[in-house]
Amino acid sequence: MGIEAKDFSLDLDLLAYSGIVFSPEQRAALQTSLVILKEQYKFKTIHLWGKILGITEDYYIIQGRQKDELKDRQFLYSLDCINWNMLTPPGDEAKELTPQCQGRFTGDPSHDFDVTKYTVSNEDTEEENIEEYKSQLREEERLAATLWKIEQDAIIIPRGSYVLQPNGNVERNRTFEGLTVTESGKLSNYFHFREPITLQQKSLIHRATLDKSLHFLDTIDEDVPKGWSVQYERGSGLVQIRSLKWPGMAFFHIPETNRYGSLYCGVGEENKDLPFML
Amino acid sequence: MSTTINSFNGDQQQSSSSPDVGDLEKHYIDAKAFILSATTKDGINLYDHLAHCISQLLTDQPREATDLVEDISKTIKSETTPTQHDTLRDRPAPDSEHCLAAEQKPLFEKVDHNEELDDEALQSPLPHILEQAYYFEQAGIGLGKDESYRIWLALKQLADKGQIDKLRFWGKIFGTQKNYFIAEAEQNVDDETDENELHEEAHISDDNRHPNEEEMDGEEDMLPKSNYKPPPVVPKEERGTGVNKYTYYVCNHPGGVWVKLPIVTPAQISQARLIKHYFTGDLNKEITSYPAYSGTERNYLRAQIARISATSSVSPAGKFKFSEEEEETEDEGARESYQENEDFKGATLSELLDEELNGWVHHVQYILPQGRTKWWNPGENVDKEEEENEEEEEMKAETEEIEPEQGPPLLTPIGADAEIQTTKAWTARISSHLIPQYACAFVRSNLWPGSYAFARGAVWENIYVGFGHKYATSDYGPELPPLPANEYSDGPEIGEAEDPSPEEEAKARAAEEQAADEGEEEEAEEEIDNEDDDN
Repeated sequence: MGIEAKDFSLDLDLLAYSGIVFSPEQRAALQTSLVILKEQYKFKTIHLWGKILGITEDYYIIQGRQKDELKDRQFLYSLDCINWNMLTPPGDEAKELTPQCQGRFTGDPSHDFDVTKYTVSNEDTEEENIEEYKSQLREEERLAATLWKIEQDAIIIPRGSYVLQPNGNVERNRTFEGLTVTESGKLSNYFHFREPITLQQKSLIHRATLDKSLHFLDTIDEDVPKGWSVQYERGSGLVQIRSLKWPGMAFFHIPETNRYGSLYCGVGEENKDLPFML
Repeated sequence: MSTTINSFNGDQQQSSSSPDVGDLEKHYIDAKAFILSATTKDGINLYDHLAHCISQLLTDQPREATDLVEDISKTIKSETTPTQHDTLRDRPAPDSEHCLAAEQKPLFEKVDHNEELDDEALQSPLPHILEQAYYFEQAGIGLGKDESYRIWLALKQLADKGQIDKLRFWGKIFGTQKNYFIAEAEQNVDDETDENELHEEAHISDDNRHPNEEEMDGEEDMLPKSNYKPPPVVPKEERGTGVNKYTYYVCNHPGGVWVKLPIVTPAQISQARLIKHYFTGDLNKEITSYPAYSGTERNYLRAQIARISATSSVSPAGKFKFSEEEEETEDEGARESYQENEDFKGATLSELLDEELNGWVHHVQYILPQGRTKWWNPGENVDKEEEENEEEEEMKAETEEIEPEQGPPLLTPIGADAEIQTTKAWTARISSHLIPQYACAFVRSNLWPGSYAFARGAVWENIYVGFGHKYATSDYGPELPPLPANEYSDGPEIGEAEDPSPEEEAKARAAEEQAADEGEEEEAEEEIDNEDDDN
C-alpha cells in the first residue's frame, strides 16, 4: 500500500505510533525524490513503501503505480533517499530461495548469500532421502523477492477504498468515505491488496452475493494463522493494524475519513515462528 | 439532457424520410413514458433517478464528471433506498475516543505551585523526554512528538508520587491487543517489598510443602518412592541488586494507571529464554506455551525487559567509571557498581562511530545462563543440607566440580559482543551525512531489533520499541517433550496365565477327584492341622 506522496508528512506522523519514524533529513529527501521520480517514470501515483534495515546500510523503498494499481506496480530502491534504482521483478528461483536464505540484509546490493536448498524425495517412506544443493542469491534479487512476498502477505486496504472498474482496472475509489469505528475494528473489512487467491476457491453462490466492484479481493480474516493485531490508538480516533507475520508492517486508518496507508520498517524477514507465538 | 434529446431527434430525422413534428413528439412521449414507467421493486423511478443524478452533477460540477457518474448514481440509489431495519441493530459503541480524552485530561491539569519554582521542583528525577525524542527521531526510531509528550506527562505523574530517585522511559512493547509503555525507576532499596511479592512467596512455599504432607498421611500400602531430587532452586536477586536493580512500571496508554512489575526470579528468565510468545497487553493473562511458563504475562514481560536491558543498555565510553573503593576490592570478582564520571565531557563522533565499536560500553550486567548476574554456587547449598543427610557424599563431589558461570564484566565495549553467525551485534551510524557537524551518533542492536541508543556530546539515551523478541537466524521450535519412560520389563510375576480349555478342566477335575478318593483320610488329618494353625 504505502503512503502516497500527496499526504506524505501527515500520514508519516500517524505511523509513529508503531515506531516507524523517518528523520527530518530523510523526510525532506524522500519528498523531493517522490516528486522527481513520479515525473521521470511517468507513474500515475507514487508511494513511499518503507525501509528494510540492513547491517551497514538501509534500503528505502518507493513504489510507483500505473493505471491499474493492482497489477502495474514497480519498485525503486535507494540507500540514501536520493539516488534510486529500479528493481526488476523477482524470478522464480529467487522467490524459491529467499525463504531459505539466512542472515540479515547487509546493505550492499551485490552481496551474495549462500543458500542451501533441501529437497525431500519419497517422503515418509523407507527410501526417503534428502538432497542438498548449494546456490547463491544476490542481495538485490533477495530484496525483490522479499518485497514481492510482503506484498502477497501483508499489504492491506480497507474495504471499499479501491474499486474494480468496468474495464478491469483497479483504481482508487474517489467516493470512499472510510469505515465506521465499529467496522474498522474487524478484520473482515480489510482486503489483501494482491491478486485474489482464496476468493476463487469460494463457492459460486457465495461469490454471487458479493458486490463485484468492491469485493474482488481476499479478506484478511481468513488468514491462517491469524497474523494480525488490530488496535485503536487515541481512543477510537485511529486504527493501527500490525502484521505479526511480518513484524514491522504497520497500517493505519482514520475511521470515517479516506485516510489510510501502511509502511514497512523491519529487517525483511518473515516470522516463521508465528504459530507458536499466539 | 437537452443534448441527448437533440441527438435522439437527429437520429430519428435521418431514419425517417419525413421530418414530421408530430411524429417526433410521439417518439419523445414514448421515450419519456418508458423512462417514467421503469420502476424497481423498491420504488425507485428511473426518471426521478436520472433527474436526481443530473441535478447533483450540475450543482457539484466535479472536475472528472464522466468518471464519477457511476459513483454518483450509486450513492443516490443507496440514499433513496429505504434502509432495511434489522431487529438486531448495532448498539453504538461507547465513544472510546472521548473516554480516553477524559482519562488523559488530568495529565494536562496544572498543579498549583504554592511555592515558586524552587530547587526541589527543578531537581525532579524526570528526564527530558522531548529532547530525547528529537534525537531518536534523527536516528529513525521513536514514537512521534504527540505521543512522546503524553508519555512525558505520564512520567511526570509517576515522578510526582515521590520515592523515585531516577526515572527514565524504557520503551514501548507492542502487544496483540494493547501495548505496554515501560518506565524504569531507581528506587530506595529500603522500600518495603510489595504485598504481591509476599503473597507469591507464601504461595511458593505452600506448593513445596504440599507433597510432603501427602506423604505423611499416605496409606499403609506404600507406593514406591521416587528418588528424583529436583535441582536446587536458584535464589532470586533482591530488589536493588543484579537483574532487579531497577523497578519497572508499565501502563497500556499514557495516562493509564502505572502498574509496578514484580521482581524477576532466575527461573523466570531461564524459562523465558526457551519460549517465544507474543504479548497480548493483559498483564494477568496466562501464557500458553511449551515448556509451561510459571507465571503470568507480567512475569514474562519483566523477564524480557531484564533480558533486553542486559544486552542492549549501552552508553558512551567514559560516561561511567568504577568508583575508587571498588577498584581496590577488585579481586572479589565482577564489580557491580559504577558511578558517573564527572569529568566526562562527551564523546566525539569519531569515537562513537568507531568501526570496532569501542566507543560504547554496556552499563548493565550480563545475565548468566543461571538467570542471575552474580553466579550462585549450588554446591554451597548442598553443604548445608549435607549435615542432615550424610548419604549424599557423591552428590557433593559432583557439585564441587561445577565451574562458575562467567559473563563479560561491566563497562565492556560493545564491539566485544558475540556475533550473530557472521553479522555484528551492533550497527553504528551517523544521523546525517549532509550536516555532520550537528548530527548525533546512534547504535542499533541487531540482536534485539528495536533497541536503539543515541549519543551527542554528553547527552545519550537508550530506547526499545518493538515486539520484545530476540533475533534468531534459525527458526524457533519448542523444546521437545521428554522421551517416554521405558516399559516395565515383562516377567512371569505379572504374566497373565491362559484360561484352561474345557478338556483341561475336565482332566484336572478327574485328577482332583482321584486324589480326593485316595487321600480322604489324609485330608481329614490336614483339616485338623489347619484348624490348629488358624488358632
